[in-house]
Parts: sequence; C-alpha cells; structure tokens
Amino acid sequence: MSAILKHREAALAAIILAMVAAIGAYAPAFISIPNIVRVLNDTSILAMLALAQMMVILTRGIDLSTASALALAGMISASLAQYHPDLPVIAYIGLAIAVGILLGLINGGLIAILGIPPIVVTLGTLAVYRGMIVVYGGGNQVNASEMGDTFQSFPKLTLFGFSTLFWIMLAVALAVWLFLTMTRTGRGLYAVGGNPVAARYCGISLPRLEILVYTIAGAISGLCGYLWVSRYGVAYSEIASGYELTVIAACVIGGVSIAGGVGTVAGTLLGALFLGVIVNALPVMQVTPFWQMAISGAVILAAVVVNARAEKRGVKLILPEARRAAGAAK
Amino acid sequence: MTPPVRQAIADAAPPRVSDWLLRWETILVLLLFVVIAGNTIISSYFLDIYNLSDATYNFSEKAIVALAMALLIITREIDLSVAAIIALASLATGLASEAGAPLWVLLTIGPAIGIVCGAFNGFLVTGIGLPSIVVTIGTMSLYRGLAQVVLGDQVIKNYPKDYTAIGQSYLVSWPPLPYSFVIFLVLAVLFGIVLHKTAFGRKLYAIGNNPTAAKFSGIPVERIRFQLFVLTGLLPGLAATLLTARIGSTRPNIALGWELEIITMVILGGVSIAGGSGTIPGVVLAVFILGLITFGLSLINVPGIVISVILGCLLIASIAAPILLRRAMGRPKRQA
Repeated sequence: MSAILKHREAALAAIILAMVAAIGAYAPAFISIPNIVRVLNDTSILAMLALAQMMVILTRGIDLSTASALALAGMISASLAQYHPDLPVIAYIGLAIAVGILLGLINGGLIAILGIPPIVVTLGTLAVYRGMIVVYGGGNQVNASEMGDTFQSFPKLTLFGFSTLFWIMLAVALAVWLFLTMTRTGRGLYAVGGNPVAARYCGISLPRLEILVYTIAGAISGLCGYLWVSRYGVAYSEIASGYELTVIAACVIGGVSIAGGVGTVAGTLLGALFLGVIVNALPVMQVTPFWQMAISGAVILAAVVVNARAEKRGVKLILPEARRAAGAAK
Repeated sequence: MTPPVRQAIADAAPPRVSDWLLRWETILVLLLFVVIAGNTIISSYFLDIYNLSDATYNFSEKAIVALAMALLIITREIDLSVAAIIALASLATGLASEAGAPLWVLLTIGPAIGIVCGAFNGFLVTGIGLPSIVVTIGTMSLYRGLAQVVLGDQVIKNYPKDYTAIGQSYLVSWPPLPYSFVIFLVLAVLFGIVLHKTAFGRKLYAIGNNPTAAKFSGIPVERIRFQLFVLTGLLPGLAATLLTARIGSTRPNIALGWELEIITMVILGGVSIAGGSGTIPGVVLAVFILGLITFGLSLINVPGIVISVILGCLLIASIAAPILLRRAMGRPKRQA
C-alpha cells in the first residue's frame, strides 16, 4: 500500500517538475532562484491550511470554516496591533492562534459532542465566523499604516533567503508528519477514517480525535490569519473569502481521499505546491488572471480522475455468482 | 391527519402525540409563525402585500434550485457547482442576447446549458465513480472560471425589454405574484407529488438509506443519480434565466456563494446530509423562514453579513436543538 502511495507522490512531483520545466522553457525568469523562492514563500499559507484540512479529512470530516476562521483571527490580531502597536510580535501571533483554537473548539465540540455532521456545522460557522468580523469591527478595515511595524515586518524577515512564512510552514509540516507517523493518536486518525467500527473496537475514541483535529485546524487557521494579514497589510471582512475550497482542492490533488483514512504530508504539500505553481505561472505566461479559476477547476477534476482508484466507491459483491462473473470479466 | 395504515409493523411502537409534535415540519411551522410575528412587531412595513411580493424576488431563484438539491441530498449526493452553473447559464443568455437571438432562445439557452453542466457532473460521479463533493468543487471552479474567461471584467447589459419584463413584472397582478415565485410554487407542488406519492420518490429514499441494498433490490441507483444531477443542472439554468431577467445584467460573480445558501435551505428544511430522509414541505417552509428573516432584518437596515451570522446560528441551532431535546427526553439518539 505504501508503495502505491509513494508512487503516486513521486508521479505528482514529476508532473510538477515537468510543468515548471515547461514554463521555464517559455519564460526562463520563472526558474530563476529568486522566483522559485518567491513561489515557495507564496504557497506556504496554502500548504499549512491544506495540512490542517488533511487531518480533518482523514477522520471523514471536512472543515469549510477554515478561511472564515483565518479572516476573523487575522482581524482580531490586527486590531490588537492597531491599539497596541509596540507589543512583541509573539503577542499578535499568540492572540491569533488563541482565537483560532477557540473557533476550532466550537467546531469540534458541535461535531463530536452533539454529533452534527461536520459539513453542516462548518457550513454554519463559515457564515458565522466571517460575519463576526463585521460585528466585531463594525465593518471597518485595518490598513497597513495602522498596524505598526512589528506586526508587519515579521513575515518579511528572511533566513537563508527564505522568509519566515516558509520556515514556519516547514516547522508545521514537520510537526504534522511526526504527529501522524510517530504518535498513537496520529495513527488513530487513519484508523477512524479507514474503518470507524474497527477503530472503535480497538478502543480509539472518535469524538476525542474529532475535537483534537478541529482544534488543531483552528490553531493553524489562526496562525495563518496573522500571517495573511501581516503579509498583505490589510484586514477586513472579505479576506481569503472562498479560500476554503482552494485548500480542499490542494488536499484532493495531493491524493487525500475525501472518504477518509488516506492522505500523507508529502502528498498534501505537493498538492499545495501544484496550485501555487499554477497561480504564479499565469502572469509569467502572460495569461490573463481570468483563466486561473477555470484552470484550477480542470486540474482538480484531472487529479480526482487520476486518483480515482483510491477514491472509487465499489459495491462489494456478495452473491457468489456475481463474484464469479466479475472474476471472469477480469 | 394520520394516513390509513396499509401494513402494521408488529414491533413498532404506536405513534405518540410527542412524535407528531417533534416532527421537523411542526417545528418549522412554529418557527415561521415566530418569524412572521417578530417581523410584524419590528416593522410596520412588513405586512404590506407589495413588500411581501418583492421579498419573494430575493429567494425564489435560490428556492427553485433548492428543490432539486433536496432530491440529490436525499440520495446521498451533493452539488456545490449550482451557483457556477447559474453564472455559466447567465453568460450564455447574455451572449445570445448580444447576438440578437429571439425571445424563445433567451428563455431556453440557460436551462439547456444547465442540462449540459449537470450531465457532466453526473457523468463524473456516476460514470467514473468519483465522490460528488470533490467533483462539484472542481466543476464549480471550472464553470465559473469559464464564465470569467469569456467575460473578464466586462458586464453584459443589453437585454431586450420583452425578456427583462419576465423578471421585473408580475405574472398575476392581484395578489401581486412575480413569475419566479409562481414557478417556484408550481415546481414545489410537482416535486412534492413526485417525492412523496410516486414509486420514483420512494426509490430516492431507498437509495439514500442504503444504496447497496437499493441496488440489489433492482433499483438503477446510478441512473437515477445521473438523472438527478441533470435535474440539478436544469433548475439552476432556469434560475439563471429568471435572475438575469430580473437584474438585467451578467457579471462573472453573479450568484456568487449561492450554493451554500441553497444547501442551508435544504438542511434547515430537515433533509439529512447523510441521505435518506427529508420532505419537500419541510424545504418549502425553510425557504420561507430564511427568506422572511432576511427580508425582515433588511427592512430594519441590518447589514447582509450580519444577517448571515444570524442564519448560520439558526442552521446550527436548529440541528442541535432536536438532538439535545431527544437526549433530554432520554430517547435513543437518531443518527443525523
């Protein structure tokens, strides 16, 4: 099984490399080192959100509220910077993560304790969290000039050429990888997604894991909320609107099965990178940005068709004659 | 009100008054009365027949799509691309109008494009066997993306008068009933009959409750799901025709985000996202509740995004309340 998964990720990596090479052949500036660094910095937020989403999807859930939580956490963090511009940067980041954890706990609690389907809960909180930005901020926006330098300079700091965005993403990816492969709880996520009934017989508690993953997803959304707002220098009610679907698309391209139990850190990162390359390549290729949405739609569809073997919802043949017929057909 | 019992189930408990009171539709009727009473108290403009008639404009098009979405969700599928289909169908109508097409073309090209989009969704889901949520996230980007590619940042505005009249005038002058609202009511009755009174309708519930068992009972599960996807393309196409006539313009962001509002209507209407249960009367009641709350709040100048907070809370609370109530009454939990 792991051989197939490795194979799929290798194939995706090869496709990305081929795509980058093709774009580079057309526009050599695209494969210059500064541009590659720029693409990686640019894709970091998407990659982190996709990793969080992957963990949620592993448990057969979905988090549609992730972009709204990002926007709300970013707004609250920015308004702290607006009134107290001289705090250490960790205060702004900490507040954004704390807000994210709270929002994630609300999702997780409603899903795990009340047993409401995740898609319903997060559809509701998608609207509520985004609306709370207006309720909280009175419809005002926080501009770059109001945020203060400490708040804004952090994501622009660089180490070995890469911005802090990239290094934070690497740290998050490493932590998620260690969690999913090395800890009992992390393996439990695959177990509940792969076979909830068997997982329950093994003594793995689904509600506990659900609260955990939605809270982690909230924390990462909060962190990304700070990074997004400080990077783009504006906080208002519409930031990252609709971004939750891009995040889910990155997971799907990366081979995460929406049916749960299948997905890897490497695949998800590649899925995010794939979309990141496309978004950054269009202006280089002198394609109008209006093409971006249609192309990413076509890419998502192509990716699911390719991944169809993992996704296919087969009906188990129980009648002996039917099984024989199917066997003969092969 | 109880229908005649054709086959008594020996080990089922007899129906109790509390069963009827806890029926989802009963709760929705009460909620609707609360909304109407609240709105009447808050604003003296609410109970004006022309105001109410104008209020129907804001939800009829979504409600038409919600009917098809309800059937689809009952069979355990979902379509997130409906709003994108509306955008593409509206674009087709706009291009036809710019080419000087006659009225009958303007009225049919939207639904025709809708059928094509729906059939493509249906093919990917039932033909190749992909999960519908992923497929329709993809086609949602694809369809709206195509509209964006063609339109760019342009707007199509020159629609003939006889076409826009359909969206901007009343079909019946007293009581004032707009075309879209009448079409919604007719379709609602039709869908109600099909879902609740025909063998086809029973098959949808059978598929939603257990697709495997339905297949082994001889129900053509994939063919029926395909038909429902086509239907969930046709009705957004029709909604696009009405919407474009009403606002008289086509932009790439037309109907942006409607898919979530439409699914909210369906879920609030008592259709289980896990499939297999839900009724058309429930969806119709939810449409009125959501539509009248939105209308009432906008009468007292509540901003749209705050209204969406209230509707989001209502969605979660309405699903959570019965679960809490059942637990409090100590009855076994029904799987949502």
